[in-house]
Amino acid sequence: MNNFTDIFKSFDWNETKASIYAKTSQDVEMALSAKKRSLEDFKALISPAAAPYLEQMALISQQLTLKRFGKVIQMYVPLYLSNECNNICTYCGFSFDNKVKRKTLSPIEIMQEVAAIKDMGYEHILLVTGEANQTVHVDYFKKVLDLIRPHFAHISMEVQPLDLEDYQQLTPYGLNTVLVYQETYHQEDYKKHHPKGKKSNFEYRLETPDRLGQAGIHKMGLGVLIGLEDWRTDSFFTALHLNYLEKKYWQSKYSLSFPRLRPFSGGLEPKVEMNDRELVQLICAYRIFNEEVELSISTRESPNFRNNIIRLGITAISAGSKTNPGGYAVEPESLEQFEISDERSPQQIARMINAQGYEPVWKDWDNSLAL
Amino acid sequence: MLKIADKTFNSRLFTGTGKFSSSVLMEEALLASGSELVTVALKRVDFKSNDQDDLLTHLKYPHINLLPNTSGVRNAKEAVFAAQLAREALETNWIKLEIHPDPKYLMPDPIETLKATEGLAKMGFIVLPYIHADPVLCKRLEDAGTSAVMPLGSPIGSNKGLKTIDFLEIIISQSNVPVIVDAGIGSPSDAAWAMEIGANAVLVNTAIAVAGNPVQMAKAFKMAVEAGRMAYEAKLALPVMHAVASSPLTSFLDE
Repeated sequence: MNNFTDIFKSFDWNETKASIYAKTSQDVEMALSAKKRSLEDFKALISPAAAPYLEQMALISQQLTLKRFGKVIQMYVPLYLSNECNNICTYCGFSFDNKVKRKTLSPIEIMQEVAAIKDMGYEHILLVTGEANQTVHVDYFKKVLDLIRPHFAHISMEVQPLDLEDYQQLTPYGLNTVLVYQETYHQEDYKKHHPKGKKSNFEYRLETPDRLGQAGIHKMGLGVLIGLEDWRTDSFFTALHLNYLEKKYWQSKYSLSFPRLRPFSGGLEPKVEMNDRELVQLICAYRIFNEEVELSISTRESPNFRNNIIRLGITAISAGSKTNPGGYAVEPESLEQFEISDERSPQQIARMINAQGYEPVWKDWDNSLAL
Repeated sequence: MLKIADKTFNSRLFTGTGKFSSSVLMEEALLASGSELVTVALKRVDFKSNDQDDLLTHLKYPHINLLPNTSGVRNAKEAVFAAQLAREALETNWIKLEIHPDPKYLMPDPIETLKATEGLAKMGFIVLPYIHADPVLCKRLEDAGTSAVMPLGSPIGSNKGLKTIDFLEIIISQSNVPVIVDAGIGSPSDAAWAMEIGANAVLVNTAIAVAGNPVQMAKAFKMAVEAGRMAYEAKLALPVMHAVASSPLTSFLDE
């Protein structure tokens, strides 16, 4: 077994989907009472049959999360470095065919953004870009990491998938975490959503977490873009991927996200809608399936949803986010990736977390811990 | 009184600072526990900030000794560096050595831990390593200059109690350094049990931090640890596991 592609190929999308929808209330009850939950249990937990068990799932999810993570929620914020992109992605504001002015932050601009972000109190930062290898490449990332490393305790990246050697080069610069979302595990539909650019290579993306594991990255984040395809089937493949990675790259930590497709200028309407109740079901199912995985929620979700999800299993939250390069200080009006739903400031979110009986944690890593 | 290296402790309950719903509640709970040795994850400490809300400002009491831990490091080299950082920043040469390259179950790496203990002890650190309940490793750590050993009772954060009881008993029976049962203690009765079998101290974090009422739970642990220790010192009557046979096996000798 060399990488995840081999395992992935042994699954058929339609069969998998049918097996999820065939789960019964008995399967759900078995899954809820199991000591350790298998992938088949996970299928039951995300199936329509589990809907009546949502309250019970929420309770278990809450208890498991408390035991592992305690009453704390990590705070992080994205820093969009660039909206240049050579890919066409039907759902994304940065898509190449979206004819708007593009921007990549210069070192001086980055430092202005950093100052604004530090003023909000952040120590954990997520660097985001599109995919524009002519300007936003490994050397650019090295420069950026050099610049920001003294200012943040924890640095994550959500950029184009890179080669193994690239990741190996970037970790000594303080790169701790890499997020790479498959968007969808439906291979044919993936091609439809990514018709042009390097991103159209499904397998290269699918094998990115393997390269991250081989590079010894501390943490990697997985997920799909909910709305592109049947979310239950896509989430099953996410869990399958997670299971595989945890066993193979046992020294890495993992986190999951569950972004729902958000509107942007000229964008795609979700093919499949997921309502709030279903998103709660998914979050609780992930937690019940895997007690140790970090679960993260972004400003894509509404204030009411975010207030109530704090106690149900998530471990990290962003706040005050801007999804455009320069959004914090330099050029607030530049092209954004998507519209956020929760406009509250980090301090407001921190107070909300306190009010729920949890403590917002701004610093939970130190750059000096990794040599 | 418990003595580790050059320090004596009235309380045999060591505590942690993670997972609390607020720093204020943590402070109250730690005061209620009577704990005199409190471990702090270096990764949570903001060395640059003078913020009033910082974790450390809630731990400033003359009776509370800080025990920085290296949680997050994956090998001996990183651990030694982290210990040096802790010594500089927190002005203590005490270090709780936690090397768990496995972030899922947080299982301690015995090989790297032994290596780091050797190095740190030579550099003058008071090393308290978090380890599996492995009796041979404990002896090797003694040879390497450790100041105590901290074997786990069950997986960290699991609240499962003393699953490693048989190995803990061996470790306690042959140790020349204090044995502190760390990880897995889920209830005051677990803590009392560890003390009854002769552990020198226990370290409790999750069971207090995540309790419905952490302050009250901290008090309960304080009392349980005291009771367990007192029972150990009073020498427990051994339980009689068998009934006395009505026709004794050796009665023929009297015939």
